[in-house]
Amino acid sequence: MRVIELVKVNKVYDMGAEVQVQALKEISLSIERGEYVAIMGPSGSGKTTLMNILGCLDTPTSGLYLFDGVNVSDMDDNELAKIRNQGIGFVFQTFNLIPRSDALHNVELPLIYSGVPASERKDRAKKTLEMVGLGERVHHKPNELSGGQRQRVAIARALINNPSIILADEPTGNLDSKTGDEIMLFLEELYKKGNTIILVTHEEYIAEHAKRIIRIRDGGIESDLPIAKNGKVKSPQVMEKVQV
Amino acid sequence: MTFGGEFREGLKLSFMALMANKARAVLTMLGIIIGIISVTLMGAAIEGLTRAFNNSIASIGADVLYVQKWPWMDTSGEWWKFRNRKDLEIDYAEKIKRDATLLAAVAPVVGRLGTLKYQNITANNVQVEGTTSDFMYVSKMEFTDGRFFTYEESRGNRPVAVIGSDVADQLFPNREPVGQKLKVNGLSFRVIGVRSKEGSFMGMFSLDNVVIIPMGQFQDIYGKHFHPSIEARVADPSDMDNAREELRGIMRKIRGLSPLQSDDFSINQQDLLTRAFDRIAGIIGGVGLFVTALSLFVGGIGIMNIMFVSVTERTKEIGIRKALGAKRRTILVQFLIESSLICLGGGLLGLAFSYPLSMLVDKFLPTSMPFSIAITGILISLLVGLVSGLIPAMRASKLDPVEALRYE
Ligand SMILES: Nc1ncnc2c1ncn2[C@@H]1O[C@H](COP(=O)(O)OP(=O)(O)OP(=O)(O)O)[C@@H](O)[C@H]1O
Ligand SMILES: [Mg+2]
Repeated sequence: MRVIELVKVNKVYDMGAEVQVQALKEISLSIERGEYVAIMGPSGSGKTTLMNILGCLDTPTSGLYLFDGVNVSDMDDNELAKIRNQGIGFVFQTFNLIPRSDALHNVELPLIYSGVPASERKDRAKKTLEMVGLGERVHHKPNELSGGQRQRVAIARALINNPSIILADEPTGNLDSKTGDEIMLFLEELYKKGNTIILVTHEEYIAEHAKRIIRIRDGGIESDLPIAKNGKVKSPQVMEKVQV
Repeated sequence: MTFGGEFREGLKLSFMALMANKARAVLTMLGIIIGIISVTLMGAAIEGLTRAFNNSIASIGADVLYVQKWPWMDTSGEWWKFRNRKDLEIDYAEKIKRDATLLAAVAPVVGRLGTLKYQNITANNVQVEGTTSDFMYVSKMEFTDGRFFTYEESRGNRPVAVIGSDVADQLFPNREPVGQKLKVNGLSFRVIGVRSKEGSFMGMFSLDNVVIIPMGQFQDIYGKHFHPSIEARVADPSDMDNAREELRGIMRKIRGLSPLQSDDFSINQQDLLTRAFDRIAGIIGGVGLFVTALSLFVGGIGIMNIMFVSVTERTKEIGIRKALGAKRRTILVQFLIESSLICLGGGLLGLAFSYPLSMLVDKFLPTSMPFSIAITGILISLLVGLVSGLIPAMRASKLDPVEALRYE
C-alpha cells in the first residue's frame, strides 16, 4: 500500500523583486508502506525542502501530494497539524527536544496534542523510552543526556503515536560515527519491525542502510534506485570511512 | 485535543517557563502589582470614606434644618459677606416656634469646650452644650440610661446634665452615672441621663465626648455672649422644601428684611453635605481611575513586551511543537495562559500588599476593603493579561513551522 505519492510537485520561493527560487521541480515519486528510503543530494539541491513537504510542515506551490491516500496539498494549518501529529514521526539532526522538559515529557508531547489521557500517556511514553533503552533516564532533561541518548529520546518521540512514516533529516549529523552507527542500527531495527523510514543524508555510507536511494539535484530527481542486498554502491569517500 | 487538556498543558508549560525566569517574571509583574495596589486602595478608600460619611452624616438628621450664620457649603467664594452677617440670637427659637406650622421642634444650641470633674477625676476638652428641652425632639436623642431634661427643668434653669457615652466611661468607670453630681467649670450638676453612643464624625472627633445642660446654666457659666445655631426638625420629612421656605420667611421677618434684600443667614441641611461628598468622591474616583488605568496600561505594555521576547526566545520550541502536531489554538492558549499567569501573579501580589496597606491607611483615613474589590482586582489583572498577551500569542500561533524550526 502506498503511503506517499507525489505528482509533479513544485516548490517556488518568492524572493521579492520578481526573483524566484525553484527549490523543487516536477517531483513525482511514490513510497510504499514498509520501505526504507534514503534521499541524497548535494547541498542546496532541495532535500530539506522535499522533507518539509513530505512532513507536511510546508505545502507545495503546485502539484499533488497524497498521504495515506488523502490529498494534503491544499490542507489548512490545523489539518496539517493533525497529519503531523498522527501520521508522521520526525527525527531531526539537532534532536529538537524541548530543553526545559524531561525525556518523559518530551516523548509525551505528541500524545498530549492528540488528547490521550495523562495516565495512558505516561505509560506509553515510559514503555517507548524503555524500548529505546532509556528506561533509566525518563526524568533526565536533554542537557543531562548524551547526544546519542538525546537522539534516542527523539526517536521514541517519533514512534510514540505509531506514525505511518518516520522522517529522519540527517539523524547522525550531530553525532560521532560510533553513536551514529548505533542510531542507524536502531532505525534498521524499526524498519525490520515494519516501519516506513525516509532518511535524508549526504553521506553515502549512511544512505546505504536504506533499501532505496533517491538522488536529487537542482530540485529534480536524478535517480531512484533500489540497493541490492549484497551489491553495495561504493564511492571513494565511503571506502575511506570504512577503513577508519 | 480537548480544550481542557490544552489548558492543563498550557498551565504547566507557562508555570515552568515562568519558574525558569523568576526574576524577569517578577519585574514584569511590577507594573501590574502597582496598578492593582492603586485600584484596590482607591476602591477601598472611596468605599471606606463613603461608609464613614454615611455613618457620620446620620448624626446630622436628614430631616433637620440648621439656621446658622455660615453656610456649610459655599460655592460663591465670598466668605467675607458671611462674616459681616449679624449673629443669631437665642430668642429666635421661641419666635420661630410660635410662627411655624411645618416644624415639629425648634431648639437653640450653643457650645464650647469645658472641663468636667467628678470627685478626683477630671475630663478636659469636653464639648459643653446649652439648649432647651426641645432639643430632645430635634435630635431624636436616645438614652442608655435616664432621660433628657424637661420643659420645667429647662425653663427653671435646673442644674441637671445629660452626658455622652465617652464622658460616662471616663468619669464613671465603675458607677451608675445617673444621680451622681459632676462639676462643669466648677458648677455642680446632677446627671439625669446618659446618651447612646453616636460614634465619631469621619473618624476625626468623637460625638460622645459631650455634656448637655439647660441654656440658662450655660450662660451662668460662660456668659450671655454666645450666639446659637437654631436647629429645627421638620414635621414631614417628605416636605423639606416647604418647611425650609417657611423657616426662611420667618427668619426674614425676624430680621426685618425688605423683599429686595437677600438673606443674612443660612439654612443648612444634611443634603448639602451629601451632595458635596458625592462630588468629592466622584472627583477622587475619577482621578484614581485615571491613575489606575494609566499604571495598568503601562503594566500591560510591559507584559506585552516581555511576551514578545518570550515568543522570540521560544521560536524554535514553537516550531518543534508545531512539528509534533500542536495546532495554532494550542500555541495561542499556551501564551495567553502565560501572560495571564504573570498578571494574575501580579494581581495577587498587589492584593497581598494592598490589604496590609489599607489597614495602615485606615489609621489616617477611614478605609474598608470589601471582598468585591479584591475580586475586581483579580478580574482586572486577568483581563490585562489576556489583552496584552493577545498580540504576542497570535504572532506565536501564526509562526510558520519551517521558519520556526530553522530559527537558532
Ligand atoms: N525559505 C527559503 N526562501 C528562499 N529560498 C529557499 C528557502 N529555503 C530554501 N531555499 C532555497 O531552495 C534551495 C534548496 O534548499 P534546501 O534547503 O532544500 O537544500 P538542501 O538540499 O537541504 O541543502 P543542505 O544539504 O545544504 O541542507 C536552495 O537553493 C535554497 O537557497
Ligand atoms: Mg538541508
